[in-house]
Amino acid sequence: MARKTVEGSFAVAEAVRNCEPDVAACYPITPSTHVAEELANYYADGELKEYITTESELSSMSACIGASAAGSRTVTVTSGQGFALMHEAVYCAAGMRLPIVMIVGNRALSAPLNIWGDWQDAVTERDSGWIQFYCENSQEALDTVPQAYKVAEATLLPAMVCMDGFYITHAVEPVEIPGKEEIRKYLPPFNPKVRLDPDNPVSMGEYALPSHYQQFRQDLHEDLLAAEKIVRDANGGYAAQFGRSYGDGTIEEYKSGDADYVFVSMGSICGNAKEAVDALRAKGEKAGLVRIRLFRPFPYDALAKALSGKKSVGVFEKSYDLGALAPLCSDVSASIALLKGDRPALSSFIGGLGGKDVTVAHVSEMLAKIKQGKTLTEWI
Amino acid sequence: MAYEPLFSAGHTACAGCPMPTVIRQVLEATGPDVVVVNATSCSEIISSAYPRSAWRVPYVHSLFENPPAVASGVVRALRAQGNGHTTVLVVAGDGSTYDIGFGALSGMLERNEDVLYVCYDNEAYMNTGVQRSGATPYGARTTTSPVGRVHRGKELSKKPIVEIVAAHRVPYAASASIGHPQDLAAKVKKAMGIRGSRFIDVFSPCIPGWGIPSDSAIRYAKLAVETGLWRLSEYEHGEFKLNVKPSPRKPVKEYFAGQARFRHLKDEDVAKIQAMTDEEWKKLG
Ligand SMILES: Cc1ncc(C[n+]2csc(CCOP(=O)(O)OP(=O)(O)O)c2C)c(N)n1
Ligand SMILES: [Mg+2]
Repeated sequence: MARKTVEGSFAVAEAVRNCEPDVAACYPITPSTHVAEELANYYADGELKEYITTESELSSMSACIGASAAGSRTVTVTSGQGFALMHEAVYCAAGMRLPIVMIVGNRALSAPLNIWGDWQDAVTERDSGWIQFYCENSQEALDTVPQAYKVAEATLLPAMVCMDGFYITHAVEPVEIPGKEEIRKYLPPFNPKVRLDPDNPVSMGEYALPSHYQQFRQDLHEDLLAAEKIVRDANGGYAAQFGRSYGDGTIEEYKSGDADYVFVSMGSICGNAKEAVDALRAKGEKAGLVRIRLFRPFPYDALAKALSGKKSVGVFEKSYDLGALAPLCSDVSASIALLKGDRPALSSFIGGLGGKDVTVAHVSEMLAKIKQGKTLTEWI
Repeated sequence: MAYEPLFSAGHTACAGCPMPTVIRQVLEATGPDVVVVNATSCSEIISSAYPRSAWRVPYVHSLFENPPAVASGVVRALRAQGNGHTTVLVVAGDGSTYDIGFGALSGMLERNEDVLYVCYDNEAYMNTGVQRSGATPYGARTTTSPVGRVHRGKELSKKPIVEIVAAHRVPYAASASIGHPQDLAAKVKKAMGIRGSRFIDVFSPCIPGWGIPSDSAIRYAKLAVETGLWRLSEYEHGEFKLNVKPSPRKPVKEYFAGQARFRHLKDEDVAKIQAMTDEEWKKLG
C-alpha cells in the first residue's frame, strides 16, 4: 500500500498497473491524457507488458477487443470525442462479452467543442451493455479499478470507471494505492474459458440472424442486471481487505436515512453535496444525499428503498437526453415508481455541462428548492 | 486421407466465387497455428452465421474498419502470454483495406505489428451490392458509379495500395492473384518466414459484381495479368520485384469482353485505358 499525494490520473494509472493488465491500448484526449501518458511511462520502464499507441480511439477499443478475445487483461482510456469515436466498438465489446476495463475522464461532447467535464460521453453509451461506475474522488476512482476488473471478469461484461474530467483527473489529493501483491489477493488472474486458441479453435464475433440476434441482447441484459449483486460483493470484499467501501457498492446513502428531502447525484459533485447537507443538518434541517455509484446496471430496488418515505427528491446531473427527461432523473423516476403509497415529488436539475461550475452554494439552492416539494425541471 | 481444409465446406459463397479458395490457399501456408481476424465483408457473411462457422481455426470478427487494430491487440496479447509462434492473419476485403479501415491499416503498418494481412480484392463493396471502392478500377460500373448521361462508370483510378503499404517501410508487401495459385502460395510462404507487418493484395474476381459467368473467375484473373491490368509484384524489405512480365501484353479489350461492369465502354474509352496501361508499364521498364 503506497500513500502519496498525486493527481487523480496518476493514482488511477498506478492502480491500473497494479492490476497487471497484459495490454494497454491508448490514444490521448483531454482530460484523460495523463492516464494514457502514465501507462506509457510504465511500459517504458518495463512495468507494463504491452502498450499499443493506436492511431485512433476506435482502434484502441478494437485492439482491446482483440487482446481480450485472445485471453488477456486489457485497459484503455478515453474522454469525450474519443469516446464518441469508439461507439461502434463499445457495443461490440459488450456484445462479444469481453471484460475490458476502460478509464473515462468524463468530458462534454461537441458541438461546440469543449474539453471540460460533464458525463454525456459515458451516459450516452448507457444502452451498450457496459457496467458503469461513477466515482466521487481519486481514492474511489483508483479503488474502483480492481473492483471493475473483478466484476467484469466474473461476469464477462466490460466495465468503465468514470471520473469527472479535471475535478478528479487533475485534482491532486492524498490517496492510498494498493500494491500488486495486495491486489493479487483480491483479483484472481484472468483466465477465460473461451479465447482465441489454436489448440481449441472457436469463432468469436459471428453475425446473428433474426432467429438468434435478440437472444444475445436479452442474455446480455439479464446478465447485466445480475451483475448488480456481484458489484456489491466486490465492494464488500474490497472493504474487508482494504478497509474502504463505497456505500453498498451501488449507492451511497449520506445522512438520508431520516431525511425528508434528498439530493440524488453521481460523481464528484457529491463532495459538494455532502458539504451542503452537513450545513443544513447543522441547522436542524432533514436534508440528505443519495449518491449513485453504479449507473449501469441501475440499482432500481436499492434506490427505491433509499428514497422510500421521502417527501421530495431532486436529481442533479451533468447529462441530458435532449427532447426528453434527463437520463439519471428518468432512472430515478422509474425507481420511485416502484414505491407503494405516497411517492416523493421529483425534480430534475441539469447543470455543470461543459465544465460549468457547480458550487456548494448551488447545491444548497437546489436543496432549498427540493424542500418545497414541487416538481421542477431546471438548468443550473 | 480426406481433404479437410481449415476453411471448411458448407460456407455460402456464390457459385464460382474464388474468395474461399484464396482463404484456403492462405491457410494451407499458415497451417492451423493461426488466429484469423476478419472484416465485415462477403468473407465474413458466407462463413460465420451463428451458430455455424466454416473456420476450423480460431476466428474473430467485430467490425468493417477495425481488423488491423483487432489484430494488433491479438498479437500483443499472445506476445504478453509468451506465445511466440501463432500467426495472426487478417482477412479483409478491398473496401475495408483501401477505404474505411485505411487509417487503422496505416497505424498497424507504422507500428510494424507482427501481422499477415491478406486483402482479397474483388474491386468493390460486394457484400452490400456492388458499390464502388478505392479499389474499383477506372471505367467500371458499380451501383454508386453508374453509367448515366453525364458520368459513365468510375472516373477515378484504383489506389496503388501495395505501393502505399510498401511506403510504410514494412518488410513485405505484394500483389497476387487467384489466377496464379502457385505464386500466391509462394508469397504467403515467404511472408510466413518474415516477422513484422506483411501485406498481400490478392486479385479475386466477383461473379455477380462483375457480371461474369460462374466458371470464369480464374480465366478473368489470368487475363487481368496477361493484359497488364493487374500486376504480380512484391516489395521485400523495400526491394521491388516484378514476378510476371507478360510479353507481349494482350490488349485490355480482351479482359473487358464479357464483363457486365465494362459493357458500356466505348472504343475510345478502351483506347484511353489501353494508353493508361501502356504508360504504367513504360514506367516499369
Ligand atoms: C461502418 C460500416 N459502414 C458500412 C457497413 C456496410 N458494409 C458491410 S460490408 C461492406 C462492403 C465490404 O466491402 P469489401 O471490404 O470490399 O468486402 P466484400 O464485400 O467485397 O467482400 C459495407 C459497405 C458496415 N458494416 N460498417
Ligand atoms: Mg470487395
